Amino acid sequence: MDTRELICISCPMGCMLNVTIDGDDVKVEGNTCPRGAIYGKKEVLSPTRIVTSSVKVRNSNIAKVSVKTEKDIPKGKIFDIMDEIRKITVDAPIKIGDVIIENCADTGVDIIATKDVDKI
Amino acid sequence: MEQYKLVIIGGGPAGLAAAVSARKKGIDDILILERDFTLGGILNQCIHNGFGLHTFKEELTGPEYADRFIKMVEEEKIPYKLNTIVISITKDKEITYINETDGMVIIKATAIILAMGCRERPRGALNIPGYRPSGIYSAGTAQRLMNIDGYKVGKEVVILGSGDIGLIMARRMTLEGAKVKVVAELMPYSGGLKRNIVQCLNDYDIPLKLSHTVTKIHGKKRLTGVTIAQVDKNRKPIDGTEEYYSCDTLLLSVGLIPENELTTEIGIEMNRITNGPDVNDRLETNANGIYACGNVLHVHDLVDFVSQEAALAGENAADFILNGERKLNETIPIVAKNGVRYTVPQTIDIENMSDIVTVRFRVADVYKNHSLCVYFNDEKVQDKKKRVLAPGEMEQILLKKADLKNFDGLKAITVCTEEN
Repeated sequence: MDTRELICISCPMGCMLNVTIDGDDVKVEGNTCPRGAIYGKKEVLSPTRIVTSSVKVRNSNIAKVSVKTEKDIPKGKIFDIMDEIRKITVDAPIKIGDVIIENCADTGVDIIATKDVDKI
Repeated sequence: MEQYKLVIIGGGPAGLAAAVSARKKGIDDILILERDFTLGGILNQCIHNGFGLHTFKEELTGPEYADRFIKMVEEEKIPYKLNTIVISITKDKEITYINETDGMVIIKATAIILAMGCRERPRGALNIPGYRPSGIYSAGTAQRLMNIDGYKVGKEVVILGSGDIGLIMARRMTLEGAKVKVVAELMPYSGGLKRNIVQCLNDYDIPLKLSHTVTKIHGKKRLTGVTIAQVDKNRKPIDGTEEYYSCDTLLLSVGLIPENELTTEIGIEMNRITNGPDVNDRLETNANGIYACGNVLHVHDLVDFVSQEAALAGENAADFILNGERKLNETIPIVAKNGVRYTVPQTIDIENMSDIVTVRFRVADVYKNHSLCVYFNDEKVQDKKKRVLAPGEMEQILLKKADLKNFDGLKAITVCTEEN
């Protein structure tokens, strides 16, 4: 049996969670809403994150366009994703939601733009 | 002199939300003045996610959140001027602005909303001994250099202060290949949101040293390192605890200051805790028809609350424009006591208040198992138990008009913490 103390980040409340892991049985205590239980379970079994970064852009008045993973990705894949993001350069114009990298680092998740960038 | 019904100073999240809400209340003649080359304010460089959980019920990045409001402003065809700096506002609501195409122009407004936001506390305000080499940035400056201008900023980083921007930049620089060695925080608690401590520091094993500060800066041309020492309860460095960290970059995330030069020049009454103007429940300053919202009023943690507050300022400014000045009633002060540092608003007008008024505030220290209490005169009327209260997380209570009206002889409302 293993216990972990986590801070729930589902909302700004930041509840202190006590998660007990006993084989496949995961028990979450300290949460004040159902989202806390879901977060606690997920954070010990398969933690995921949204990765945000920025990508070099040509022909624009800004040097970089902000991007994010379209869905959350396994926490262990963060740096693989960053390696791909850092390699590329895109051309303006770009619209919010445009796919910048398909299936980034074999996660099955696309990198999409989070900003409109006009061409100059 | 050109006349506008409503002029909004600042096109960041507060200004945009105020403009949209005033338009929805029927104000056709609005102008937003923005000093940057684009609308959206600081959100443009906050490329991380976590914005909009309250407003849009989804997690957006800063630029996406800004875009939602920019598109609303464009759909409503609300005019705005970019690259335009306001240099003065008078009590008669004459606004002087400057830009490259119009030159210097004076316009007159029926109502004004102050939405200028805040800026970062600089190194000069900290008195850190040592040289003045390059490589020392405020965290937000580094954020802009990295996320918009595309610079690398640094390779080996120490961060002083655990405000949210510092925490966000610790992760950001780590993702871009830099080594963030430590975050030092003078106070015994972090000033940042918990989720940022979890996702920006803990995820990347970046140590957070509470009750520590930078006591010396090394390097003549470029920063070569800093000395960090533990501090005692009076925040004085403790001899013998000094540790040297080599680094080429020091980021300062040591507080935000509402940008109120224009406000003070109007002669508006200021609050010495928030560094913003004192306002009533309509978010109106003591200059009639001049309203304030967002970080220029008090520094927020969540943009969602900025949008809510700004929408309220927009509605009230619209009401002022359409229905004229409210009859002045006696206002009741809201007093912050026992661990509550301030409240916004600072006064409330029972006759004219809306059915529910949100009072936002911060606590002075980390309190465990305390209650947030509201008193009408000497009578306790609210007691909300809280397991944890922290200065880094803004709190709020709600005041209902019916409760205030039904209380005979109400002279003061007190908001305070109490130990359970």
